[in-house]
Amino acid sequence: MNGLWGALMGLGDQLAAHVLLSAAAIALGIMVALPLAIWASRSDKVARISLAFASLVQTIPALALLALFFPILLSLRSVFGEGLPTLGFLPALLALALYALLPILRNAVTAQANLDPGVVEAAHGVGMGFRQRLWLVEAPLSAPYIMAGIRTAAVWTIGAATLATTIGQKSLGDPIFAGLQTQNWALVLAGCIASAGLALLADTILGTIERGFRDRRRSLWLGGLVAVALGLGAALFAQFGGEDEDAVVIGAKGFSEQYILARLIGQRLEEEGFAVEYRDGLGSAVAHSAAASGEVDIYVDYTGTIWANQMQREDNLPRQKMYEQIAEWETANTGMHLLGRLGFENAYGLAVSRERARTYGLASIEDLARVAPQLTIGGDPEFFERPEWIAVREAYGLRFAERRNFSPTFMYNALRSGEADVIGAYTSDGRIEADNLTILDDPRGAFPNYDAVLLLSPSAGRNQGIIAALEPLIGAIDVGAMREANYSVDREDNKLSFEEAARQLAERAGL
Amino acid sequence: MRGSEGPALAFENVAKSYGGTRAVQGVSVQIEPGQFVALVGASGSGKSTLLKTVNRLVEPSAGRVLFEGEDVAGLPLAALRRRIGYVFQSIGLFPHMTVAENIGIGPRLAGQKIGTSRVSELLELVELDAEMARRMPEALSGGQRQRVGVARALAGDPHLLLMDEPFGALDPVTRDSLGERVRGLHQEFGLTTVMVTHDMAEALLLADRVLVMDEGQIVADEHPQALVAGGGGEIAQALVAVPRHQAERLAELSR
Repeated sequence: MNGLWGALMGLGDQLAAHVLLSAAAIALGIMVALPLAIWASRSDKVARISLAFASLVQTIPALALLALFFPILLSLRSVFGEGLPTLGFLPALLALALYALLPILRNAVTAQANLDPGVVEAAHGVGMGFRQRLWLVEAPLSAPYIMAGIRTAAVWTIGAATLATTIGQKSLGDPIFAGLQTQNWALVLAGCIASAGLALLADTILGTIERGFRDRRRSLWLGGLVAVALGLGAALFAQFGGEDEDAVVIGAKGFSEQYILARLIGQRLEEEGFAVEYRDGLGSAVAHSAAASGEVDIYVDYTGTIWANQMQREDNLPRQKMYEQIAEWETANTGMHLLGRLGFENAYGLAVSRERARTYGLASIEDLARVAPQLTIGGDPEFFERPEWIAVREAYGLRFAERRNFSPTFMYNALRSGEADVIGAYTSDGRIEADNLTILDDPRGAFPNYDAVLLLSPSAGRNQGIIAALEPLIGAIDVGAMREANYSVDREDNKLSFEEAARQLAERAGL
Repeated sequence: MRGSEGPALAFENVAKSYGGTRAVQGVSVQIEPGQFVALVGASGSGKSTLLKTVNRLVEPSAGRVLFEGEDVAGLPLAALRRRIGYVFQSIGLFPHMTVAENIGIGPRLAGQKIGTSRVSELLELVELDAEMARRMPEALSGGQRQRVGVARALAGDPHLLLMDEPFGALDPVTRDSLGERVRGLHQEFGLTTVMVTHDMAEALLLADRVLVMDEGQIVADEHPQALVAGGGGEIAQALVAVPRHQAERLAELSR
């Protein structure tokens, strides 16, 4: 319980960001929905089309909607210029505002349609023009219904905003995703409690405003509005009051090693006097583009990943050659600076339990290919889509009985419980030793190298202070140290926080 | 007070069709200043439609309507409506405004604010207590609401009062007393009044001229006395027969 309390207390920053993101999305939703509703009340066609569109948007899973805005904004850069952010606040805002549209629009349209026709006729008859009818009659009579729609939208938006974490926007999803990653349930619970609590609070305040409109009690709706304003003011202050605009942004993909290394980098920079911020839980492709565009300054990537995904190479080169070609390619194509290798490899490997290895006589992937049709393979959602897996599958002719997706954390549980026989594992994962797993050999060299490398955005790559602070990390972390650090946050008991794990790792690496 | 010497209201070949149905078919009639005219007919006879062409709640398909000599089609809509008092069948009080705000809405739209004393005066005209001013419409009875409706129609000092089945939703006692009151106000302020009703008894007792409509046309235009005396033709007499028959039966009962 202490862990939960501590986790909750540490969420101030995420809470403020969450409040601002949700409020901005709802405000944008209102700004689009209300004029649309007024238009719809004067044209059946507009009503039908706009409601159909809003309903269609609702059917897209929120996570997919958020992710879709990355390519959309990227393509819009040709119109708005390279400064258009493709990650973080803007795409989250747009996706959530689209999501907030439906309940507001539907309630506003229904409210207009249900206005007493006698009252509408009277408004005409006493000589009201379009605007007077809108402001003196239609708006006040529709207000309670519209408010009810806004209330629904607020609850949905606050819930869905937790997913903004995946596109690099700080939110209450940060602890949920980080906790899910490391089976740190206190973190997950803290994130859930905070976002649910926020949703309930918003619902209560907006409900008060709604009641104030309905019963025509000025004190109620005015009080509610003041409460909303105060909440937003506090969030704004917490978020921007004294914030350092020049903070170095460190990115991390959504797994433990990345979280720890991001903290390790951050701690070194802080010692040198830099202000730092973290963007956690980024997808692999998202992290690379974020650094190329300068929204993230520094992150750790892996040579094989860049080789196959960004450079679209299918061949396989020796370690040093591959590294040099990647460095050249990044300089030429993205302007990013490859600072160096950290000293360990986090390769993809196919892992089986030692027991299974013995039963089936498995030592290499060639052995596995013989028995694969009887086995189930598990992997994280990215794994089966990656060119490396496809290369390995083709190289060895692997055909499995079944294929299942797990989040990286649950993959190991699945192996233990027998829900998967083979998993696509990471070689620096602490659980390989802890769980007595065997990584199968790759005699045909189908998996490329995955040396961990420090990537700096074009501007960070020109910053001598940053480079000086990070150079000691190059070659300093061996795979044993990394496995231990990973295990210290992944194990079931006595988990360390990412910050603690990063500090221990620094100590062990002699930094 | 009158804007011109001619008729207060003149319909010239006014027609209105909705799709294939012809609600009003070429009506021409003049109404002199100070007249209290009842437009009577069965439902669907076109009487409400004809009334609404005056303040352009309905735009005629053909013909024109002159209000104090001016073609209403050429007048600014809002200004025209504010010059004409209108009492609605559905009463149409704004539920989110107090009685005083409802009464003052016309002047407010014209950029004037009417004071409490004027509101009290208007409430008094329709025999309501001045205290009602602060109430919301939902706190009033149906009869009280329509009295407020009448007060609202009079707030802008109109020359012309249009009433679309104004007493249709009221109980008989309220209906009778409010009818008398409206007739009194008509006299007191020298109004020209046009009232649509399907109740011939009401028309005969309140109006000094009765226009009977049937299938979009005026089929009779008589004084009440002439109608009671058997004039106006078949359709008019069929409508007069109803209250006459009732009166005869009541007379028999009292023997």
